[in-house]
Amino acid sequence: MTKVSMTVNGRAVSGDVEGRTLLSTFLREGLALTGTHVGCDTSQCGACVVHVNGAPVKSCTVFALDLEGATIRTIEGMANADGSLSPLQQAFQDHHGLQCGFCTPGMVMSSAALLAENPRPTPQEVRAYLDGNICRCTGYHNIVKAVLAASGQDVSAVAAE
Amino acid sequence: MHNFDFVKPSSLAEAVKAMQAEGAQALSGGQTLISTMKQRLAAPAVLVSLTGIAEMKGVSVAGRVMTIGAATPHAVVAKEAAKAYPALAALAGGIGDPAVRSRGTIGGSLANNDPAACYPAGVLASAATIVTSRREIAADDFFQGLFTTALEEGEIITAVRFPIPDRAAYAKFLQPASRFSLTSAFVARTGSAVRVAITGASENGVFRWTEGERALSANFSPQAVKGLKANADDMIGDLHGSKAYRAALVGVMTARAVAMAMA
Repeated sequence: MTKVSMTVNGRAVSGDVEGRTLLSTFLREGLALTGTHVGCDTSQCGACVVHVNGAPVKSCTVFALDLEGATIRTIEGMANADGSLSPLQQAFQDHHGLQCGFCTPGMVMSSAALLAENPRPTPQEVRAYLDGNICRCTGYHNIVKAVLAASGQDVSAVAAE
Repeated sequence: MHNFDFVKPSSLAEAVKAMQAEGAQALSGGQTLISTMKQRLAAPAVLVSLTGIAEMKGVSVAGRVMTIGAATPHAVVAKEAAKAYPALAALAGGIGDPAVRSRGTIGGSLANNDPAACYPAGVLASAATIVTSRREIAADDFFQGLFTTALEEGEIITAVRFPIPDRAAYAKFLQPASRFSLTSAFVARTGSAVRVAITGASENGVFRWTEGERALSANFSPQAVKGLKANADDMIGDLHGSKAYRAALVGVMTARAVAMAMA
């Protein structure tokens, strides 16, 4: 076992891990941050997306030891300081951007990365950016609507197609 | 996945030394290797991470030559190469999905030489040079068949040097489930010389479509390759497309790439 240290949601954390310990395993089992979901474990579905130094990364496809000293943000770090939902999370709730909720942590983290890079995306840009996030309830229309709403755009005319 | 010793050198010299260990394997972004290890198709004793080596990262341009550090992620190439070599930046920005592009690197893609990967087409069509810890290898000598390259045991790709063509474009026919290429064409023109590299089609991996190159060198227009048929014998045939379908796509995607390059 080797010691790994990183900053997760603003908190300095460390733990003993094996070489093969994935970031997703370290977050869920080492730090009990079970908001990060593992859907496929083959880097197809995107449920496990977190931010590593600001960039979206599939936490099931990176080793914890490769991220020594990195800054990680997970879904647990997305709420406002007072515990209320962030505008993006609130938009997912308001626009029914989740059904079973399993893909939602990854959807929110990918969408947050998109909005940081592109504050007013078009619907096509949202769909292209969420290419690596699969919703098995197929609730895509409302997810796209939620992301557009969170970017401050009027979505009253956007209907499920 | 079987366990392994993980080492993360901070210089190329340390990485070269670490690669001398018995059962050592280089790890770049890991977007293919980690999945392969989960399936136990690879079980290295030592993983040597190349992601902490500053000298292997970044995009630089000097005159008509662009150099990309081998450990530069696709997302960084998509941004930083956009001005100097937009066709290659677009290729990088279309690999996988955003999260894959945050980690996956050009060096990893080339060393793996997946027959449906995007970078081998851009590198071969551009007549780029692969710089390693030991030597420089011309793209024409580097790709040697399915998942096979000129790399020797313990040799590490450190950078890739691209002569920037006058005109170039990459037309990708996406296989939407894997996000790899079904059949894609990278066309690069410098002076009147045209190089066409095809990925996703052949059982031998990326290749230069010489008939297409000849036709386009004489007449650089989509019409030049109309009706020109690639040989279907060595094509991949699977549930996504037959050999004949992929052979037909070679001409279609080349024509599209030429149209994009002329725009």
